[in-house]
Amino acid sequence: MLTWLSLLFLALFSGAAFMAGRSRALKSSGGSTAKLHSLPNYYGLYAALWAGAPAALLLLLGAAFGGRVEDAMLQAQRPAVVQALTPDRQDVFFSDVSAVAVGQAPSEVAYEGPLKAAFDAKVVEAKRIDGIVSYSVLGLAGLLALAGFLLATPRINTEFRARNRVEGWIAGVLVACSVAAVLTTLGIVMSLIYESWRFFESVSPLSFLFGTEWAPQIAMRADQVASSGAFGAVPLFAGTFLVMMIAMLVAAPIGLYSAIYLSEYAGRGLRSTIKPLLEILAGVPTVVYGFFAALTVGPLFRAFFNGIGEQMAGGPLDGIAQYLMQVQNQMALVAGVVMGIMLIPFVSSLSDDIINSVPQSLRDGSYAMGATKSETVKKVVLPAALPGIMAAMLLAVSRAVGETMIVTMAAGLQAKLTANPLDTVTTVTVQIVTLLTGDQEFDSPKTLSAFGLGLTLFVVTLCLNIIALRIVQKYREQYD
Amino acid sequence: MTDAAISPGAPAARPASSARDALLKKRHRSEKLFRAQGIAAIVIAMIFLVVLVGRIVVQGYSTFETHTLTVPVYLNPERIDTSALEGVNYDYIVAEAMMKKLGVQDDDLGTVSSKVQDLVSRDFGNQLLQMVKKDHSLIGKTVDVTGSVKADADLYYKGEIKRSTAEGDRKLDNQQLDWLDRLRKDGTVKAGFNTKFFTNSDSTEPEQAGVWGAVIGSAMMLVITALIAIPVGVMAAVYLEEFAPKNRWTDVIEVNINNLAAVPSIVYGLLGLALFINWLHVPRGSPLVGGLVLALMALPTVIIATRSALKAVPPSIREAALGVGASKAQTVFHHVLPLAMPGVMTGAILSLAHALGETAPLLMIGMVAFVPGAPESFTSSATVLPVQVFIWENASERAFHERTAAAIIVLLVFMIVMNAAAVILRRRFERRW
Repeated sequence: MLTWLSLLFLALFSGAAFMAGRSRALKSSGGSTAKLHSLPNYYGLYAALWAGAPAALLLLLGAAFGGRVEDAMLQAQRPAVVQALTPDRQDVFFSDVSAVAVGQAPSEVAYEGPLKAAFDAKVVEAKRIDGIVSYSVLGLAGLLALAGFLLATPRINTEFRARNRVEGWIAGVLVACSVAAVLTTLGIVMSLIYESWRFFESVSPLSFLFGTEWAPQIAMRADQVASSGAFGAVPLFAGTFLVMMIAMLVAAPIGLYSAIYLSEYAGRGLRSTIKPLLEILAGVPTVVYGFFAALTVGPLFRAFFNGIGEQMAGGPLDGIAQYLMQVQNQMALVAGVVMGIMLIPFVSSLSDDIINSVPQSLRDGSYAMGATKSETVKKVVLPAALPGIMAAMLLAVSRAVGETMIVTMAAGLQAKLTANPLDTVTTVTVQIVTLLTGDQEFDSPKTLSAFGLGLTLFVVTLCLNIIALRIVQKYREQYD
Repeated sequence: MTDAAISPGAPAARPASSARDALLKKRHRSEKLFRAQGIAAIVIAMIFLVVLVGRIVVQGYSTFETHTLTVPVYLNPERIDTSALEGVNYDYIVAEAMMKKLGVQDDDLGTVSSKVQDLVSRDFGNQLLQMVKKDHSLIGKTVDVTGSVKADADLYYKGEIKRSTAEGDRKLDNQQLDWLDRLRKDGTVKAGFNTKFFTNSDSTEPEQAGVWGAVIGSAMMLVITALIAIPVGVMAAVYLEEFAPKNRWTDVIEVNINNLAAVPSIVYGLLGLALFINWLHVPRGSPLVGGLVLALMALPTVIIATRSALKAVPPSIREAALGVGASKAQTVFHHVLPLAMPGVMTGAILSLAHALGETAPLLMIGMVAFVPGAPESFTSSATVLPVQVFIWENASERAFHERTAAAIIVLLVFMIVMNAAAVILRRRFERRW
């Protein structure tokens, strides 16, 4: 609230600086704009930027990092009673202190005796520190605004190149914005690596990558059976791969054939109705596909397989029949098929673009030789478009690997090493979700393993994307 | 190449005409087959679309109808302790009124009254509490209270729970169904449009649950996303397209943006968890943190769309502006960007529509909590439409399934509106150079 108010105040101040800068420029030229180097508004903007921008930046930084600074200051001195607690309890203690200091309810831990005294003392200290930090940020911002204004306005005269200076500011902002994309990547990589590092301190990367048992449940007490949990991710990779394969078996032929039909055979009218309809399929949120998979496709497939099982029961394949009769709603096939449906428009629109970019002269040449349309497509257009189609398929694979909601809602949770599409499987993304949606303690390998999985997922999809981009780049200019 | 190489001594023997006809037939057959395969692919895709949308509409539309009932309740002064109004068992008072209406007596164990309570929503009790709180003089009088029937009763009226099902397999027993039939016959129960679904927020009771809180949460989150992703994305694109020198550094940024656009959304959730929640201590599950995560996710899409819009503006515009003495920045901000604006807005709306439907990263940052109300500020706990869908889908009560489908319909309507806005924008301002 304080930040918002001060930002509003700052905006007013820099508005005033704008007016002051503008009028000073006009005054210095005796009211004629022709004598000025730049348009009057640029002088105003120059003053406003110096008055507003640095202070606003400081305020925003204060809002983002002030809490951390306060925590660090508060925790610099730990009373002996607090030091006697376990590190976990110390964290709880300090988070309670911060909560009480801002008037929120603390956790349910009760503090008694000397601890209570230390607690109350720390709450007072926290309030004091909060006051110091937030008011010093405010004061500093005020000083910056004033200093900026006082530095900028005296420089304004008829010779001053205000436009160039303002454009320098603009260029700076533009560069900063484009750096944001790089920072995002850096943030992803750093956070994944940092948390995975902590995970790999307790679980060796080799046993993570090649272990065949996934059981991240951590026992409550150290003496319980299986207290360490097992973090072999191979079953998850296998499950991901299985679902991805099924999805591609659905999406690749349907997507490719519809792209071929739409770009080579269909008339304008048909094309302009089918394409938007396919785009609807692309725009449907994945959670909707998940709902569809869980409540419509799952029961349907189950009924289908159970029915086949009942037909076959008692026959020569009784073993299979018995198995089929026990198939459940959640299986790799359901998730794969529904994910395939999701990917159809993705594959078809990418392939469509690529097929359209094959030059007409190649087709004409083929027709001139007497080839039929399908022969032209099969022998000329597709081979020419092959690299692009390969890239499109790789992008679809990367989508399928990273897709979360459908598998979360339809594939099940059991980590099994199986190639049977009727079995429940679990995937990397499902595990990330389940590991992180409960209580989160960032010290247990259970929670941290999600970041290990995330890192693997990131690396795999990144490789797929890079390969796809490379293929496209390498073959793109073949006909130009 | 010499002539000898291309003209072999003698032309290849032509096949006999009957063999040629057979070959031609075969070729035409395979042509037809190929065509049929293409049509089949499109038909299958369209069937998928129809089944998907159709199923959801069929499952969800019944939510928009609901059954309410009006019952005169005698506010018995013996039961209502005026000094502790909150502690009064209003549900039982409602049950008494219902029993009186149905002409049945409670037994010692209270089985009848609890059966009756299974038919009416707890909302009646809340309404009574609010009434009595407002006006103490109502105690001792009889007031008419209108409210929803319980979700199971509602399902029975809609034919979802059938009498033909074995009594043990359904939630309501025969006696309760008889009562429900009687109530409908004498006009106590009325069917009507379910406004509560749109004005209420999440609730543990299906008949009280609605999407209002999720809609508001989604809107607040999209505001944050738009405020961050659109300006930053547009400016980054302007820099890369108009100002940046072509060097190794800008190549890195470019490859980077293309890769970011294809990073799985769940990885953004991990980023949000590690960066915004653990490191910056942004409140968990708030529209603020959700908006920040989605903004990072939408950023590359906005940049890519803006760049292609800027590319479509012909260089002659820039040259003309530069020619009359505008600076580079003036050229871009006064001429190029305004001309590219329709394309920019289309891309921005589409990426926001995409962000609206995103669920997975929001699960990571704590938006799965039960939130029984609309968020009050950007830092308070919130839920959003797709997450609401996910939460309801997991709920065990059957009535939540139809609500899930209805929430999906609401979500899809929002998406269609946004997409339509993008299409209209594109059509209206499309310009051929």
